[in-house]
Amino acid sequence: MSKTTLAERLRLPDLGRAGQQLLVPAIAIMLFLGLWGLGAQRVQTSLGQLPGPVKAWEQARTLYQEHRAERDRAVAFHQRQEERNAARLQQDPDAKIQWRKYTGKPTFFDQILTSLITVAAGFLLASLIAIPLGVLCGMSDNFYQAMNPLIQIFKPVSPLAWLPLVTMVVSAVYVSDDPLLSKSFVNSALTVTLCCLWPTIINTTVGVAGVSKDLINVSRVLRLGWLTQVVKIVLPSAMPMMFTGLRLSLSIGWMVLIAAEMLAQNPGLGKFVWDEFQNGSSNSLARIMVAVLVIGFIGFLLDRGMLMLQRRVSWDKGAVLR
Amino acid sequence: MNAYLNIDHISISFPTDKGPLNVLNNVSLRMEKGEFVSLIGHSGCGKSTVLNIVAGLLQATKGGIVLENREVSEPGPDRAVVFQNHSLLPWLTAYGNVRLAVDQVFKRSKSKQERHDWTLHNLELVHMDHALERRPDEISGGMKQRVGIARALAMEPKVLLMDEPFGALDALTRTHMQDSLMEIQARLNNTVIMITHDVDEAVLLSDRIVMMTNGPAATIGEILPIELPRPRDRLALAENPTYNHYRAEVVKFLHERHGSHQSAAPRTEDSENKPRLKLAAG
Repeated sequence: MSKTTLAERLRLPDLGRAGQQLLVPAIAIMLFLGLWGLGAQRVQTSLGQLPGPVKAWEQARTLYQEHRAERDRAVAFHQRQEERNAARLQQDPDAKIQWRKYTGKPTFFDQILTSLITVAAGFLLASLIAIPLGVLCGMSDNFYQAMNPLIQIFKPVSPLAWLPLVTMVVSAVYVSDDPLLSKSFVNSALTVTLCCLWPTIINTTVGVAGVSKDLINVSRVLRLGWLTQVVKIVLPSAMPMMFTGLRLSLSIGWMVLIAAEMLAQNPGLGKFVWDEFQNGSSNSLARIMVAVLVIGFIGFLLDRGMLMLQRRVSWDKGAVLR
Repeated sequence: MNAYLNIDHISISFPTDKGPLNVLNNVSLRMEKGEFVSLIGHSGCGKSTVLNIVAGLLQATKGGIVLENREVSEPGPDRAVVFQNHSLLPWLTAYGNVRLAVDQVFKRSKSKQERHDWTLHNLELVHMDHALERRPDEISGGMKQRVGIARALAMEPKVLLMDEPFGALDALTRTHMQDSLMEIQARLNNTVIMITHDVDEAVLLSDRIVMMTNGPAATIGEILPIELPRPRDRLALAENPTYNHYRAEVVKFLHERHGSHQSAAPRTEDSENKPRLKLAAG
């Protein structure tokens, strides 16, 4: 009888630090790609066979080439316009000159940029509202009791339920002849805001309410004013919890944004996915797969970005942040 | 004559499910300027409560605190506290922690440069000027407590309140800290109330030792004046019969008479018909 336990038998050979950090994830990704390729072959859809990793990669390159081509066209357009206008000015210095913007179809990369800007706007607005609210909730029991039912009721509401309301309210309230921000942008950003308020409020509240009583006593002995106490003691102390909330909020915001863009036809990655779905060409599914992977990867990068920010501002360098 | 600090017949009760719990009963103590008083007693006897009332962090139910002929009822930097667990802000350096207090207390009366110098001066006083830029989690427990003391001293308090300042330190560090504190005390002549569990520490540092009876309804059992000349040297004192006599007095109070309110406590109206006291006496 062998005496090795199951755990010992399953243990991988010691790969060293680099091996653990690079080799193991690489193997997992290869396995995933293999399973994806094998599985996709067996699924026939009305748009043809489900694309595997190879087709998705081809489409990713195509999307990039389309983007380059579109950019070249834009450059060419502006050059032509400039030459034309220069020629007209030479003939008649008083000639009325018109400058037109190039209005090509937004490419995949344009859509990514739009989505990023939208989520950033929505998330920033939400943080500006949620952090002060959370601080107040954490510091005043009465305020917390007043806010808590509202938070609990609105927290679970799906972005798709907010969207029609936001759209109607925005079109009613946001009226201007020459809007600085397009309505579709405001719609998506506000929907993101409404959904990413809650984790930040709740976590900030918990963080602020949990400030050590000893530190509050220090502040009382020093007779720090209310604002000084918030800035010097409460906020730094609650910082780790606040960041937990902000990270949750940003991930939720990114998920919500894609849904909002799909449903409301607001420009961005969500619209890209929806357009491809409606388009229904033989390449559509592969292009959607590219979009799915890109959405996931950007979500991951956003979270890593927040983590790096958290590490920078965190005073507790010993804390393990994941 | 009015005392510098007058703890005037303070009692405090906390509301509980079974009615109010009388924690302190009629505690009175008058202190002169520059006096060093230790509070000693068993755990849970309300030593910290006395200190917190003097600090203004708790409100006495009856009685009050008079400091230099003025009643004080809320916390303030004139009664700086050295907390048992140091209570440094973990995101500030040693310098930053002291500077925060200096900036707050002297924001009008000192210029920026003066505040900087004063911060450094106080950190030098506790021999922490070599670690100005270290954060609390980068320094040892004794060093943290030194910074805590520097922070309290930097407020130029009228009374320095120390809540078991060295209780969490190892024995060797503790003796260093006690020597440091004696040296600072000799230079600055602070008025100090210190809570301690340590009999040697109490005798070594104090002008008077206030021994408290067991709670609930704890009060001052006995006050022992320590008439040993200063500066005191712990090695020389170890053989000193007077020192050992004082030591024995405190130990006797704590171990022979602990909980027997009949002999130790001045009688108060309700201290005899409390059944709970019998448990403590047994």
